[in-house]
Amino acid sequence: MLCQECQKKPATVHLTQIVNNTKKELHLCHECAQNHQELSISLNLDPGFSIHKLLAGMLDGAPLQQMNAAASPECPQCGLNFTQFGEIGRFGCSNCYNTFDDRLKPLLRRVQGTTQHTGKVPKRAGGKLGVKREIDKLKAQLQQAVQDEAYERAAELRDKIRDMENKLQ
Amino acid sequence: MSIENALSDPYTKWMEGKGPYASIVISSRVRLARNLNKFNFPHLHDEQSSREVLRLAKDALTSEEMRQQVEGIDFSQTKDLSSHDLMLLVEKHLISPQFAENEAAESGIALSEDEAISVMVNEEDHLRLQVLLPALQLKEAWSMASQVDDLLESKLDYAFDEQYGYLTCCPTNVGTGLRASVMMHLPAIAMTNQANRFFMSLSKLGFTVRGLYGEGTQAKGNLFQISNQVTLGHSEEEIIANLGSVCIQIIEQEEQMRDKLRKDGLARLEDLVFRSYGILTNAYIISSEEAMAHLSNVRLGLDMGLLRDVQNRKLNELLVVIRPAFLRKLAGKEIDAFNRDFKRAELIRGTLS
Repeated sequence: MLCQECQKKPATVHLTQIVNNTKKELHLCHECAQNHQELSISLNLDPGFSIHKLLAGMLDGAPLQQMNAAASPECPQCGLNFTQFGEIGRFGCSNCYNTFDDRLKPLLRRVQGTTQHTGKVPKRAGGKLGVKREIDKLKAQLQQAVQDEAYERAAELRDKIRDMENKLQ
Repeated sequence: MSIENALSDPYTKWMEGKGPYASIVISSRVRLARNLNKFNFPHLHDEQSSREVLRLAKDALTSEEMRQQVEGIDFSQTKDLSSHDLMLLVEKHLISPQFAENEAAESGIALSEDEAISVMVNEEDHLRLQVLLPALQLKEAWSMASQVDDLLESKLDYAFDEQYGYLTCCPTNVGTGLRASVMMHLPAIAMTNQANRFFMSLSKLGFTVRGLYGEGTQAKGNLFQISNQVTLGHSEEEIIANLGSVCIQIIEQEEQMRDKLRKDGLARLEDLVFRSYGILTNAYIISSEEAMAHLSNVRLGLDMGLLRDVQNRKLNELLVVIRPAFLRKLAGKEIDAFNRDFKRAELIRGTLS
């Protein structure tokens, strides 16, 4: 099929438009299609198009306008709310991940396919994480010891926890 | 001083033209995004905190340990560089275009002597660490990046979360913060009308295909950048290995297509290569686009053993020196489009003949 417009090149863009129950078909070559108004939206991306805007469109699956800005929590560190995040597609600080945790998960699942990091752990921050996890474990043991009225053991555990907590600071 | 060198000499590490699959793979890049705790991300920074991040990062990047590990590492504040200087660094792929545009910001860049390692401070994230090596060397690039990352982490308080990993400004980078990419010259694949379908299927597998200068740029001179899309849920080693194996498959595909080109019509291929060589060695005025197209054909001719007197390394260097900022540098003054095309043709003639 030749392009309807120039009648020279083969038609590679096919558009079917239905306006007020009237069907209109267009068969154009690439060049003519680019000059065609009806197609300008689908062929030429908005120059301001960016990953951030794309992301914004994926938020929660709900159009942003429907989201109530007042209902969206504000990050205590940087002051960003989720609606603003939706507009710019970027967080304001690392604490935003904490603030918007609930809303972030569905987004990450969509963008990244998962929500759990399995890669590198920094030595220092990771070391602290390790200590924190250890403290949690000891606290559980302490509670058990108190319940069992094993006070000597509980005192030992308490001292150990205190030591480790001091180390963290 | 490596920044001064970087600005005066177009040659940089990734242009070496040696290493695994160097005839098809031009360079391999690994980029890590890192942020500091307790500071807003750069786009929400006030001046004081961005200055503080810059100071902390500078101290870490110029520490004694860092100097021992990264040869000749040099730190410059963006403020001390002109916009032309920044464009030169963009053209050498050492910093991002976005970073160069934001010249007024409290930002900085560290560069190793051989320019394989660069760190941008206060780009989209507080730190963007890049390792850029010639040919297909993703594992090597990752291991170098990880070592520098370890050293930085020993000095800086990274924003890291047990669940989400390294926290980044944009959630498309969260987790590993790792973007690995490979720049490939794929003229034979591009010649077939299956190229689009081929690249589409790559995106289904979680890889992005882009042009030479990253996000939103066109593929010029049949140069394509292939990178990982997902940064969370896979280890860095997995991401690197997956990308590496996809690249090997692309290389095989490209090689098969090249064989087919040779078998189907050697004369046509020779005509393509030598016609381009003829234009490049004789033209007095040439646009960047035209030059890139002919350079691609010449590179193909070199790889397929049709042309002999050209060096891979020189072709890589031409990719950068025919860009506007370098042409301006060589001219020593502002030049208009016509004089750029003239200077470009002169440079190419000088390099190839």
